Amino acid sequence: MYPPDYRYTKDHEWISVSGSIGRVGVTDYAQQQLGDVVFVELPEVGRAVTQGQSCGTIESVKAVSELYSPVSGTVVETNTSVTAKPESVNGDPHGAWLMRIELSNPTELDSLLSSEQYAALVK
Amino acid sequence: MVPFAGWDMPVEYSGIVNEHMAVRTKAGLFDVSHMGEIELAGKDALAALQKIATNDVAKLAVGQAQYSALTTPEGTFVDDLIVYRQAGDHYLVVVNAGDIEAKYKWIVEHTRDAGDVAVVNSSSRYALLAVQGPAAKGIVQTLTSVDLGAIRYYWFAHGEVAGVRSIISRTGYTGEDGFEIFVPPQSADKVWTTILEAGADAGIVPVGLGARDTLRLEAGMHLSGQDIDATTTVLEADLEWIVGWKKGEFIGRSALEGQKAAGLRRKLVGFEMTAPGIARHGYAAYAPGGEGIVTSGTQTPFLKKAIGLAYLPIEANAIGSEFEIDIRGRRTPARVVPAKFYKRPRQEKS
Repeated sequence: MYPPDYRYTKDHEWISVSGSIGRVGVTDYAQQQLGDVVFVELPEVGRAVTQGQSCGTIESVKAVSELYSPVSGTVVETNTSVTAKPESVNGDPHGAWLMRIELSNPTELDSLLSSEQYAALVK
Repeated sequence: MVPFAGWDMPVEYSGIVNEHMAVRTKAGLFDVSHMGEIELAGKDALAALQKIATNDVAKLAVGQAQYSALTTPEGTFVDDLIVYRQAGDHYLVVVNAGDIEAKYKWIVEHTRDAGDVAVVNSSSRYALLAVQGPAAKGIVQTLTSVDLGAIRYYWFAHGEVAGVRSIISRTGYTGEDGFEIFVPPQSADKVWTTILEAGADAGIVPVGLGARDTLRLEAGMHLSGQDIDATTTVLEADLEWIVGWKKGEFIGRSALEGQKAAGLRRKLVGFEMTAPGIARHGYAAYAPGGEGIVTSGTQTPFLKKAIGLAYLPIEANAIGSEFEIDIRGRRTPARVVPAKFYKRPRQEKS
């Protein structure tokens, strides 16, 4: 269910790291809780983000929720195909990445949850 | 399930978007038994209703229904409601779920001097199911011998649905054709299940509170307690069409006359966002004539636009007027549009 090579936050984001770049999205559990996602607002490319701080919003028909950055760093790309088709967050939550972040402090990854820990959290 | 006015109600069954689209294209089934039913009977029942409801109840024939409002002396809302004329001197009024007992007492209080009229809170005697959508009529017709085509919009008939005695009303809160069916609570499960089975091939789905809200907003219908309440008048809510000016005295009449003569300072309008962002209930609006407030807002599944209702200063109320809404600290442009965002396509007369 939750890809074993991803890391997870208690706020239901995931990050998949390759080299110094991490792709960030929200989990299947998050999209189920949100319901139909209709709007995704992401930070501008080049913006510095801080671990645990709000950096965007995800809105479903019924609610607004914050997107928290799982790591600190700089936004190097946002996924315009997801902002154009927000429902892809529901359709493929672990594939529909929202942004790519260049990590400024990779040791922060150690504070994130493994897939087993996250699965236990949302069980 | 979420608590709603003392009831446990599902926000969604299969997803708000799926349910919303089913109602627009096929059919949806709603359990709206939380609505309140209050009956007024007696030879002065009409006079009593004329006093407490804004619309002209004398226009109702037996078998006809009417949208109306209960108002305060200031012309603001106690609630909106539908009045059904059941028989010559017998009316059924359907009010919203929030604190039905208080509304019942309010009606009793304000009809005490009206003469020969009995007021009864019958809410526990009725469950209410709504079948809405282009396929609604075909589905319900398979379960009743009543000729549904003969029931016009805002009329109703008595008859059996799925073998259960019912009031079948051609009304709804979605902007689609359809029926609201009043049944005894002990038979509600049976009617619910039978309608779902009868409509399975036509694609009927159960619909929760979430899509009920997006459907009614797309159709430009008001939500009591949110778009209209004790702080907003019937005229400000753009509901002058439910004010029976030609009838006599009713509670709030002189306040509404005064407001009409002086001219409105603000009015409820429809809007759509012109830049990315979704306005929600309670967000502040900034228009050339001053500040306003968003009372309802969402991204609508069918029109796929961010729309809403807002009270705006009268100077900013013209269709096409541009204004801004504060979406979590960012002023986002919006434009006034007709509040009936969605109009169902014309179907053959039936």
